[in-house]
Amino acid sequence: MSGHSTYQPKTGIEKWLDARLPIVRLGYDSFVDYPTPKNLNYWWTFGGVLSVILAVQILTGIVLAMHYVPHVDHAFASVERIMRDVNYGWMLRYVHSNGASMFFLATYIHIFRGIYYGSYKEPREMIWLLGCVLFFLLIATAFMGYVLPWGQMSFHGAVVITNLLGAIPVVGEGITTWLWGGFAVDNPTLNRFFALHYLLPFIIAGVVILHIWALHVPGNNNPVGILIPQDLQRRDTVPFHPYYTVKDGFAIVVFLIMFAVFVFYNPNALGHADNYIPANPLVTPAHIVPEWYLLPFYAILKAVPDKFLGVVAMFASIGALFVLPWLDTSRVRSLRYRPTAKLLFWLFVVTCLGLGWCGAQLPEDMLFTVAENGDGEPMGLNYLWLSRILTALYFGWFAAQLPLGLFERPLPVPPSISAPVLSHAGGDGGDGGASPPSQRGGFAPRPATAQPETRG
Amino acid sequence: MKGFTIMRRFAAVAFLAAAASGSPALAAGGAEHPKKVAYSFEGPFGQFDKAQLQRGFKVYREVCASCHSMNLVSFRHLGIPGGPFYEKDQPNPNENPYVRTIAAEYQIADVDSETGDAITRPGTPADRFPSPFPNEAAARGSNGGALPPDLSVITKARAGGPDYIYSLLTGYPTPPKGLTVNAGQYYNKYYPGDLAPYWTGDHHSVPKGGFLAMAPPLRPGLVTFDDGTPSTVRNQARDVAAFLAWATEPKMEERKRTGLAVVAYLTLFAGLLYASYRRIWRDVAH
Repeated sequence: MSGHSTYQPKTGIEKWLDARLPIVRLGYDSFVDYPTPKNLNYWWTFGGVLSVILAVQILTGIVLAMHYVPHVDHAFASVERIMRDVNYGWMLRYVHSNGASMFFLATYIHIFRGIYYGSYKEPREMIWLLGCVLFFLLIATAFMGYVLPWGQMSFHGAVVITNLLGAIPVVGEGITTWLWGGFAVDNPTLNRFFALHYLLPFIIAGVVILHIWALHVPGNNNPVGILIPQDLQRRDTVPFHPYYTVKDGFAIVVFLIMFAVFVFYNPNALGHADNYIPANPLVTPAHIVPEWYLLPFYAILKAVPDKFLGVVAMFASIGALFVLPWLDTSRVRSLRYRPTAKLLFWLFVVTCLGLGWCGAQLPEDMLFTVAENGDGEPMGLNYLWLSRILTALYFGWFAAQLPLGLFERPLPVPPSISAPVLSHAGGDGGDGGASPPSQRGGFAPRPATAQPETRG
Repeated sequence: MKGFTIMRRFAAVAFLAAAASGSPALAAGGAEHPKKVAYSFEGPFGQFDKAQLQRGFKVYREVCASCHSMNLVSFRHLGIPGGPFYEKDQPNPNENPYVRTIAAEYQIADVDSETGDAITRPGTPADRFPSPFPNEAAARGSNGGALPPDLSVITKARAGGPDYIYSLLTGYPTPPKGLTVNAGQYYNKYYPGDLAPYWTGDHHSVPKGGFLAMAPPLRPGLVTFDDGTPSTVRNQARDVAAFLAWATEPKMEERKRTGLAVVAYLTLFAGLLYASYRRIWRDVAH
């Protein structure tokens, strides 16, 4: 989309269509000829992975919706009926339920990659903001999807999370009642969650289009983190197809192998046994936990003693991502050249994993005990205080971005992505091919593009 | 503030559960970790042992089914591939003679389509296993207030799966001295609970386990196995746990077979893509 289109309609029907609705041109410019930095590593393949998972979730979800019954008396049994009596229903349902976990796994990697290489920084703020919107929509969709089987965790998870809105001063209780469609989580709640769970993925798909559109204006970031100057475009980029279709394709299939191992050999490993007990409002599970992918936010929620402030902290933990582009004052994008920021990044990753671990524990349980007090009660660090420390570190990392960029001394950044690339070119690929000539514009990959000269 | 009280109640319940789940700090017992049992259906190539499923079905039918329902399982499921009565020459489970015979041995509540009277009729393969009690109140009334859980998905509704079922069924020791067991309650090492309030001994050595309303259901010789397998409590428990694992996941064999094809295909595909990747990128330094 940046630069001129190089699409040349060949057949009559293509010419006819191109003059009226240039949709083939759009596809060609976006996914065939789109200039992509040649140094993208495998961390960049998760965007493709996520597109595939979104498609898988929508397709399996549509078929599941044909068999699912959104009623408190029938939802649990209808899910089990899908597993037992619908042709390949067990596969559809296990793909869909494990697909949610895969979606989050890939999303978290995608977000951390964006942070590590500074992909949120100018001029890519809109891509990042739309990504944050997608993450928020993903959380909402996954939460409502988890309610649909109407097991014990579905029901009581829905009770805990919807009750959070009751913490809003003055209007909280009214909002909760409005959201429930009654005075408790019940059939109206299940019905609207089903409707929204069906709707939101299509909104996600729409925002994904905006996300990709916003990406194709400045073009991809890259591990070096520099903008590719217009006059080096031809040397430092390759057309998306076939170079990245094949690389992303390989990564996607490897990811699908891991996905398949869960679906076919351990389909319930990521779920909770209690959700195979039909929902019973009168029996509260001993330990209500969300799915693994929401545990860090659950830990932040529980870490704050005041309920309303806990809710605020939980939403702020996601909201902080939105303002990250303006918190970070560094001029260098890639953490490759920011040693201090790199160290803090890894501490941040450990913090997030630690919060996830705390989210699954009971706050009063002890991480370690140093002594017992007079009443025989243990003294030491419990998970409540550990999650408080980690919550402080989580927000501390965001706060640290502001002074960090002003005071750190980054390492020298290469002038072009070819500079570091060419320094270790010998190790890659076959030796038969010639290294790209260094003169300007001389790099001509064996392209699918018809006439690369017309571009730019 | 209703929400907040609910949250507080959760916290209280969670705290009790912490006491029950083996937190050493509280010196409560918690439950024993389930015993590991070797089953034919474990691992990526594991399949159900048909003879074991048939023995387990007999235990279920003669012992468990007198209190426990299995609402989601139909008679015809017994004859699907991987099921206890599957026959290669009977691809349609509704035609399977074993399934038809078993179904006909049950009486199913129905309505006479001519007169509208409530009747019972012999079961057909399409019927589900009938519940032993007409409703929840009747089930509780006959079981000291406790509701025997439905067994349709029991091995994935309990952490530990079939190992837990086996351990629970064989886990009724004589209660240790100092443990007060109320009438209608039975001490089980593997049942989650908190025995501290019932324990008069040292508070650092509260016995593990809990009380449940189910009396020890199995005894040696209680079920006669037609294939000559000794009818010990362990054999009965192991076989019925295997049967319940099948009832929970009747499509497990199909799942694992499909998975093998899927993973093999994807691995081959990944190899081809990697070779293509190396070839396409061979002239590009990156």
